Amino acid sequence: MSRFKHEFVEKNLGWLSIFMIIAVSIGGLVEITPLLFQNQTNEPIKGLKPYTALELEGRDIYIREGCNNCHSQMIRPFRAETERYGHYSLAGEHVWEFPHLWGSKRTGPDLARVGGRYSDEWHYVHLMNPRNVVPESNMPAFPWLDENKLTGEKTAKKMEVMRSLGVPYTDEDIAGAKEAVQGETEMDALIAYLQSLGTALQQADK
Amino acid sequence: MSSFWSAWIIVLTLATLVVLIWLLRCNMKNYTHIEEGQEMDHEFDGIVEMNNPLPKWWTYLFWACFVWGFIYLALYPGLGNFQGLLGWKSSNQDIQSLEESRQAMQASQDNGMIVEYDRAVRDAEEKYGPIFEAYAQQPVEELAHNEDALDVGQRLFLQNCAQCHGSNAMGGQGFPNLTDNDWLYGGSPEAIKTTLLQGRQGNMPAFGEQFSDKQITELANYVASLSGRDRDPDLVEAGKANFAVCSACHGADGKGNQQLGAPNLTDNVWLYGGSINKIEETLKHGRNGVMPAWKDILGEDKIHVISAYVYSLSDDE
Repeated sequence: MSRFKHEFVEKNLGWLSIFMIIAVSIGGLVEITPLLFQNQTNEPIKGLKPYTALELEGRDIYIREGCNNCHSQMIRPFRAETERYGHYSLAGEHVWEFPHLWGSKRTGPDLARVGGRYSDEWHYVHLMNPRNVVPESNMPAFPWLDENKLTGEKTAKKMEVMRSLGVPYTDEDIAGAKEAVQGETEMDALIAYLQSLGTALQQADK
Repeated sequence: MSSFWSAWIIVLTLATLVVLIWLLRCNMKNYTHIEEGQEMDHEFDGIVEMNNPLPKWWTYLFWACFVWGFIYLALYPGLGNFQGLLGWKSSNQDIQSLEESRQAMQASQDNGMIVEYDRAVRDAEEKYGPIFEAYAQQPVEELAHNEDALDVGQRLFLQNCAQCHGSNAMGGQGFPNLTDNDWLYGGSPEAIKTTLLQGRQGNMPAFGEQFSDKQITELANYVASLSGRDRDPDLVEAGKANFAVCSACHGADGKGNQQLGAPNLTDNVWLYGGSINKIEETLKHGRNGVMPAWKDILGEDKIHVISAYVYSLSDDE
């Protein structure tokens, strides 16, 4: 060991890396690891239902088209947000989301509770060309969604994967998956998904 | 949180702070046997290293951070299950339904907890509650002449209703114009309020299978003629023969039925477009207009004010 000990980590890259990894991981160990084992983050809220086959396909289209790049799905507990979007998001609403689509950027509004807020017809017109209903909108149009039809080839497989991750799909759900989505347009699927968002919390009281 | 994870957080957090303090102290001592400000025995390409101490302002800032860190951990929730001396938290968690959310709000108030979100909501209720309460006492007709209430109503309208009905409330294809005194479900204050609270489900059935394309064209021409438009008399006459099916909802005279939300077909106001093509499309494929229910989202007091705003839009007096 040299005259001053710090020289040791300055000159031994392997040890420097190990110490750095330890230092960097402490934040995660304290803030993230315990959450993986909490009831609050693992137990679904009362009214939560797994996505139907069509909604699940719609969710994949939502991801494919990058909706989550501009729309968050996370209402923070600030009055300014809950006045506009509804009750703040709860961990128990997202336990069956793989991956979650909370997002961090809002070019458009938050969609965590968009379900039931507009009619299916509105979503259709809006997705075909947002300017037709909201003239100042800068959201892109998605007209091809109305042309593309779902085949349902992979729907059952997707649901099986979700089940292996803990989503309580029944055998009947999976068996009927292909039939449930076959022939529907991607537009139908996306609208079904959007209309399901955030509705469980309201249902829980009824 | 289980005591294991609580302990895990407390031990890791405090140990990190202690280790950092030890590190900082070590870095403040001179282990090099070279005086501060003198050259170190270290040279590369003519560049020499000096034995410079940590800047004073930086070390003091670091110490201040430790002090702040310990004060923070004592006052606010940070160490596992310890809630902090202030009894403060940002929002109620562990909620499973809206009812539980209300209960949690009440419970933390009773326990003297400071819940930041609840506090913001209560402050707003204190400030705006009496205003909305006063509005709720006034009938919609009266409120529709109150400039302040209309300002509030307009903002709520722009925030929640304009997406479909437009910021000028003049609607669009499939979304009713609210300024023209032509009402699907009635334009009385009560009817407007019911529409807002409970929503509406319009349902025009599809007749594409019951009628041939020719019959659809004839019907469309007859329907267009009801608004006094000039159509081929032969087509109109032929269409009239099949109108009996339509009259079940729209009435024999085509003036509609507000109980069912069946539009008046004689006033030349067309929700889905009044060209022959559009009328044919409506007849063939049907229409399903949906007005969402807003009771759970906005609450009755706000809906009362929006009702007044909407009522004022077509109230000419």
